[in-house]
Amino acid sequence: MMLSHATKLGMLLCLAVVTIGVVMAQSDGSSRAKFDKSVYGELSKAPAKAASRQNPLESDPEAVAAGAKLFQLHCAECHGATADGGKKGPSLRAEEVQQVTPGTLFWVLTNGVVRKGMPVWSRLPEPQRWQLVSYIKSLSATQKAATAQQ
Amino acid sequence: MHSYIEQISLRFSLLRQWGCRNSRFLPVIAILLAIIPAISSARSDAQESPYIVTYDHYLEEPGSLEVEYFSNFATQRGGNDFAAYWMEFEYGATAWWTAELYLDGQSTFGDSTIFTGFRVENRFRLLKNEHVINPVLYVEYEQISEADKIMKEIEGHDVEADHAVPNAILRQGHNHELELKLLLSSTHNGWNFALNPLATKPLTGGDPWEFGYAVGVSRPLALKASAQRCSLCRENFVAGVEMYGGLGDRPSFGLHDTSHYLAPVLAWNLPSSWTLRLSPGFGLNDNSHQFLLRWGFSREFSGFGSALTRLFGGGR
Repeated sequence: MMLSHATKLGMLLCLAVVTIGVVMAQSDGSSRAKFDKSVYGELSKAPAKAASRQNPLESDPEAVAAGAKLFQLHCAECHGATADGGKKGPSLRAEEVQQVTPGTLFWVLTNGVVRKGMPVWSRLPEPQRWQLVSYIKSLSATQKAATAQQ
Repeated sequence: MHSYIEQISLRFSLLRQWGCRNSRFLPVIAILLAIIPAISSARSDAQESPYIVTYDHYLEEPGSLEVEYFSNFATQRGGNDFAAYWMEFEYGATAWWTAELYLDGQSTFGDSTIFTGFRVENRFRLLKNEHVINPVLYVEYEQISEADKIMKEIEGHDVEADHAVPNAILRQGHNHELELKLLLSSTHNGWNFALNPLATKPLTGGDPWEFGYAVGVSRPLALKASAQRCSLCRENFVAGVEMYGGLGDRPSFGLHDTSHYLAPVLAWNLPSSWTLRLSPGFGLNDNSHQFLLRWGFSREFSGFGSALTRLFGGGR
């Protein structure tokens, strides 16, 4: 079967795109992120106005449970099922994350860390992002309780 | 194992329906469809947009592969109605780059079923952070025959009469085109607004640049997520409307001899990573098909990039 020059070129192009893409996906946000504390530096880039925003769902009794569900759907793949960190995303239980304001977490969720492999999550409506923030913030309490039990 | 075999046979039966009789790509598609679920066990749910023609600024998650199937049924005056269909393999190379491969085909009733070509598309996010308007650059190379009827974009002086010609004649003409789009998109209070101006340049034959547009607005039916995992919760449905059409070409820019469509859109994002989309479309002038019915389903496979690397011995 003879393939035309354009077809061969097209197929080569497809192969090149897939190969480069796979390679870049591996280098972008690699397993090093788990151990590299500098990734948390992104948190300090939140503008003061954004960082000072209060979580409007802070007193919502369902926010943590809904956030946990959203976390499993959207975040666990990179940050690990228990938010301890995964191959691509750092631990969200780390002090660096737990110490920042809810507004900072919301800002990072909204903007992502595109150059380091975290996509923007503004696709999720604002209330859902705040539910995620509620869940992430609840992790420190869970951790403290677990430590106390030990 | 039994369910895996069922999945594979379902995919092959879909391919048979697709009717890639003369497709040299058939073995490649078959291998891809068999490999993907086998190596990507992880799942993710990506709150997909409901648009079928318009693009928003959200890219595929890095390392994830989304496999999509779409169908476009259209009524045809002066010819036979048809159903065109395409598969998309959308891969998140990085958080700022998504690459995609399309395979197109069509069945014209009372005529024939044919494979009509392929497209390779890349989308590049231009800005690091979210802004009021977020631009994404879209670059596509397509090698399709004149018989391609998926109508993924309407450009130049595309009109209904173009599709009335029998497949045997249409398929003799081939297009090698470069297509550029600027995807402008904004999300506020759950509402997404997207505008995609496009320009297409045929790479052979010296034809002029052609222009077109797509515009869309959509919103989830609920903004807060419920605490329980559910399929029928309102937050899983995203509804909207899109409009798309041609804007002529370089020597004759404008609305004359162009076609335009208005199409409500609905997406249902299931917690199992499947997304179903439905969009009835209505022609807005005499040059347009009177009615289009588009539908599709897609599934996202997380960790595809890592799995592929492991498969070829690159795992750590």
